[in-house]
Amino acid sequence: MYQFNFRPVFDNLDMLFYGAWLTVQLSFSAMVLGLIVSILGAVAKTSGGRVLRFIVDIYVEAIRNTPFLIQIFFIYFGLPAIGISMSPNTAALVALVINVGAYGTEIIRAGIESVPQGQVEAGRALALNKVQIFRYVILKPALRNIYPSLTSQFIYLMLTSSVVSIISANDLAAAGADLSARTFANFEIYLALTIIYFLLAFGFSTLFGALRRTFFNYPASR
Amino acid sequence: MIREFSQADIFFIVSAIRWTLLLSLIAFVGGAIGGMLIALARTSRNVVLNRFARAFIEVFQGTPLLMQLFLVYFGLAVVGLPINPLLAAAVALTLHASAYLGEIWRGAIEAVPQGQSEAATALSLSYPDRMRHVILPQAMRVATAPTVGFLVQLIKGTSLASIIGFTELTRAGQIVNNATFQPFLVFGTVAALYFILCWPLSLLARHMEARMRRAITR
Repeated sequence: MYQFNFRPVFDNLDMLFYGAWLTVQLSFSAMVLGLIVSILGAVAKTSGGRVLRFIVDIYVEAIRNTPFLIQIFFIYFGLPAIGISMSPNTAALVALVINVGAYGTEIIRAGIESVPQGQVEAGRALALNKVQIFRYVILKPALRNIYPSLTSQFIYLMLTSSVVSIISANDLAAAGADLSARTFANFEIYLALTIIYFLLAFGFSTLFGALRRTFFNYPASR
Repeated sequence: MIREFSQADIFFIVSAIRWTLLLSLIAFVGGAIGGMLIALARTSRNVVLNRFARAFIEVFQGTPLLMQLFLVYFGLAVVGLPINPLLAAAVALTLHASAYLGEIWRGAIEAVPQGQSEAATALSLSYPDRMRHVILPQAMRVATAPTVGFLVQLIKGTSLASIIGFTELTRAGQIVNNATFQPFLVFGTVAALYFILCWPLSLLARHMEARMRRAITR
């Protein structure tokens, strides 16, 4: 009969909570930087030249059709061969930014294209200039359209980020791996980790839902 | 000893694809069965079934696949089974796929207009007949594109089985890398192989989605 031992979990809660904090920090940094990449990618795809569009397409397809684990192995173990070495934490961040940037490019592009062309024409008829049209006619409805995808992408990113522990970058999963190597209470520790990840994901999706009701709670145009 | 990255290594990596495919197939078939049950439970009027299915989906969509793998892997000892990477990976990925496919198919079932179900009820069809002959065939058309899309996610997900020691494509790459120390080449090759597996499916999913959208707007 298996003897449960939750002592290592309760004795090291501070370590697990610190790990959770690292995961939140990593996810936020990756999301913010990833959004910059996504905006650039989306702009290149919607208004760039043919060559630029092709390059962005290759980037997006390559990232979306390979596992994150391989991407991080390639960046952490592979790139030093061509003279680019990084610490595990930097490699983890870079890998996450590149990953979320590809998904974000598609989300933002879809958001830009979701605003009907007629709206833009109406803005022009009202003699708004390009910047005004972007700010008042395209941006706000586009933001509302992509908000749900972006927030679920953030939560997905946070869950995926657990994989960075494999190259011994510091995060919640790494704290758990460290703890289970010292105490051998593997099942109990991973159960605790799973619960913490779940609480993080649940907490953020509740928060994002509340923010959506606060900022985008006007009647839908459709 | 570090040796050269040779043809034998490439062959070793390429032949490991069969384990990635096997694992994907098991998870997809298992996930299809589980996902169908979850989707039916989620759309049923039974409150207990409905709540259970919803909790199942929330738990598996709200926690990392890596944690699910570890939990099943170490959980085998808890339920008195010998620890086995293939078994653990198959069970974890099946549960994972059940949750995602369940949610995709719930959406597809709900996309079938309410009137169809009412008409079938008016024709005094029983629940199984209604589902089998009226609702599910129509829901299937909506569900195909996202299901193929999820298959890509599932194939990529099998790479995590390497972490609990199952020798599929990613693990084969790690083994070769440890012997040859050519990480750029090795992981580049592995990435290319995943791409070859996943890209056609991505294109197919996108193509189906576009056709579906045209069919609806027409």
